[in-house]
Amino acid sequence: MTEITSLSLFELIKNIKEKKISSNEATKSFVDRGEKSKKLNVYVTENFENCLKLSKEFDNKPNFDLKLPGIPIAVKDLFCTTDVRTTAGSNILNNFIPTYESTVTQNIWNEGGILLGKLNCDEFAMGSSNETSFFGNVQNPIAKDLVPGGSSGGSSAALAANLTPVTIGTDTGGSIRQPASFTGTVGLKPTYGTCSRYGIVAFASSLDQAGPMSKDVKDSSILLEVISSFDKKDSTSIDFKRNNYSSELTRNIKGLKIGIPKEYRIDGMPDEIEKLWKKGIEYAKDCGAEIIDISLPHTSYALPTYYIVAPAEASSNLARYDGVKYGLRSSGKNLIDMYEKTRSEGFGEEVKRRVMIGTYVLSSGYYDAYYLKAQKVRQLIKQDFDQAYNKVDAILTPSTPSSAFKIGEKSNDPVSMYLNDIFTVPVNLAGLPGISIPAGVDKNNYPLGLQIIGKPFDEQTVLNIAYSMEEKINYKNNITDWWMK
Amino acid sequence: MTIDLKTVKHISKLARISLEEKKAEKLADDMNSIFEFIEKLNELKTDNVEPLTSIAETTLRLREDKITIDNIREKILKNSPEKNNDFFVVPKVVD
Repeated sequence: MTEITSLSLFELIKNIKEKKISSNEATKSFVDRGEKSKKLNVYVTENFENCLKLSKEFDNKPNFDLKLPGIPIAVKDLFCTTDVRTTAGSNILNNFIPTYESTVTQNIWNEGGILLGKLNCDEFAMGSSNETSFFGNVQNPIAKDLVPGGSSGGSSAALAANLTPVTIGTDTGGSIRQPASFTGTVGLKPTYGTCSRYGIVAFASSLDQAGPMSKDVKDSSILLEVISSFDKKDSTSIDFKRNNYSSELTRNIKGLKIGIPKEYRIDGMPDEIEKLWKKGIEYAKDCGAEIIDISLPHTSYALPTYYIVAPAEASSNLARYDGVKYGLRSSGKNLIDMYEKTRSEGFGEEVKRRVMIGTYVLSSGYYDAYYLKAQKVRQLIKQDFDQAYNKVDAILTPSTPSSAFKIGEKSNDPVSMYLNDIFTVPVNLAGLPGISIPAGVDKNNYPLGLQIIGKPFDEQTVLNIAYSMEEKINYKNNITDWWMK
Repeated sequence: MTIDLKTVKHISKLARISLEEKKAEKLADDMNSIFEFIEKLNELKTDNVEPLTSIAETTLRLREDKITIDNIREKILKNSPEKNNDFFVVPKVVD
């Protein structure tokens, strides 16, 4: 029989409902494997003992009507979890124990999920390689010393290594889709306002969105159904009727129009990515979709816009870390000195860099030139998509301009690191849903992903296209468990 | 446009992050390369474009001013770096 840890979420749920596997048995398998996988450094905080205990309680009084009956799930350490340490990958929150639960995680527990642990991520989700985490680098299970992507790098690595059946990440500029692409897994960023931001450590509030990460598309549809909800506690949560994404999932995408934006063919893009994209177009045609060339003329302005908007919002959001009510405090001669030392010692280099950029673009005399300008360009980027969606139902692009790179390879050059997000950032700026699915490998056998971008609130079409293409692509991760040897 | 060391130090004051001299120099270099990249936006004429402030076209909702979580004072104080009974303690502010 297939090992429990390599089952998809759908199969695991089925086995639990049919009483072939108990919640405790499943939990034990994931805990055991987690114990043997410390080299990957995916966990910041393990919740193993408590998870085992709760799984026994579930088995004693099972409720098979729930959507995640007794399923152990590890989550990105950016979601606040009541009484379980939440660090956001930062020294400044090293000892922070939330008194409240994020809505997204609460939705998971309400449907029977059990917290397995908190997963490593870039500090405050600022990074594309998990190298900015205070808790160290995460190893990509695909190959040694390869980054797992970021910021949800612990999540993507844990998933690819079969340490959790599914997981959740957050995506501000690509932080779900890029790590999914780097690890041969599926990652979905929903439309802004679909999943509540309540209880998620804030990075850039107008861009942040939580979403599912899974081994296949069907699992993402199951998890999205659970985590998506209207929430009064988030002022930007949107009240609309959510689909039953998993039961409405279909491979019938005949006649759907899929756009190919010419501006995503960027200078210096490796041949492998170009080939992957062409292959993707063929797969989409095989599925019955109609391919249409489109233009998103402001694409090249998306990254510069993002690197004004995101740091500006981050500098405001991170002003709360002052060493007074929670988190790290360094001693200082007076109050101001205490603030300055706390933030200097508590924040890592990338976070400081972004807070500084954000402070600068919002400072007196520069607001119009930078922040206001960026918001205007953001409007143009959104209008590009609005116009494209008059002609097409979805858009197909590569997920990233390259496969995973080596740890340390890009950490000294912030701009080259930022370029990783070139295909994912426009989607956040326009607030759209986007999914990354594994679609092939490069010359080193490292996974490459394709991205499908949808209309606002049309996660169903995005999932359906991904589900159809997934069948044709038939991608299989070849993971050797090298870290256990 | 270049960001000089003096500007970096001024910004670090505003951001309440103390900076060593050497780090400030490195940060000035990093910020300059990032701003060089950002300057690309100046190619676009945006005089008549409405800024996009929020992607969620919602008006802010009002809610009743009601306590929904109660009796968590102890838990909250437990996270405080320095405490004294029921208070948060900070370095002396008034002489």
